[in-house]
Amino acid sequence: MTLERIAIVKIEECLLVTIQVDMHDRLALTLREDLGERLLTTQARGVLLDISGLDTLDTFIARVLAGISSMAKLLGAETVLVGMQPAVAMTLVELGLTLEGVHTSLDVDRGMALLKKLLV
Amino acid sequence: MIGVVITTPLQSIVVRQDRDISVVRRAVSTHAERLNLSVLSRTRLVTASSELTRNMLVYGGGGVVELKVYRDGERLGLGATFADQGPGIDNVEDALADGFTSGVGLGLGLGGARRLVDQFDIQSSEVTGTSISVAIWLKDDGR
Ligand SMILES: Nc1ncnc2c1ncn2[C@@H]1O[C@H](COP(=O)(O)OP(=O)(O)OP(=O)(O)O)[C@@H](O)[C@H]1O
Ligand SMILES: [Mg+2]
Repeated sequence: MTLERIAIVKIEECLLVTIQVDMHDRLALTLREDLGERLLTTQARGVLLDISGLDTLDTFIARVLAGISSMAKLLGAETVLVGMQPAVAMTLVELGLTLEGVHTSLDVDRGMALLKKLLV
Repeated sequence: MIGVVITTPLQSIVVRQDRDISVVRRAVSTHAERLNLSVLSRTRLVTASSELTRNMLVYGGGGVVELKVYRDGERLGLGATFADQGPGIDNVEDALADGFTSGVGLGLGLGGARRLVDQFDIQSSEVTGTSISVAIWLKDDGR
């Protein structure tokens, strides 16, 4: 089996993750592990999760994303989720998921700006 | 108002491992696009399918997903049946309630899936396992 991974790119003191594929469960869990490691090695203080390429978010993936945000917090970093498609947001609400405590922004630029504010 | 619903099989997918959940998501998404379901309807059906497929895998030990076109007179819809031969659901009413879980989940999957679709039928017993059928109809106003 190939070792699929989602790329994590360091920009200044932030880690940028762009999720473009339909993320299967294991890939999401691998991402969480990889991010934890990268936060430790790079001492980044922010994480930007771009999910504009995701056309669905079910309870499992949403839980992993919320888990990433809590984990990052414990490691001293803030997380902003950006680019959620409107239909995905509506469906999440109908599902009963609130993603409480997770910062969100419309797009990468605004997310970056929000991160900068959170990091002062 | 549902008259006689005629279903035409589209595709059947065997679910044995977590990767198969994304195979199901992609298949539902593809057929939804072909049928011209709106983006919102597609997202709802794909999300519900993802929840039901995961349940089937986690609690039912895997199973089969059948995708089909629903036709009721002029009306078209996209449907799916999720069938496993697992232990069945003890109490369906309880299981459908938000927050009920026998595992480590949030207990949102089953009730959430029901809210997301237009049609939701569930049959479950210790002997036959669990079979859940869902469908979303193409809305007249193109939504
Ligand atoms: N196919 C199935 N076979 C047997 N039991 C099932 C099946 N699907 C659901 N259940 C039972 O119904 C309960 C509720 O399911 P539901 O999907 O709502 O919650 P969950 O899977 O526990 O958590 P979540 O979906 O929020 O992660 C499950 O905990 C399980 O006991
Ligand atoms: Mg579930």
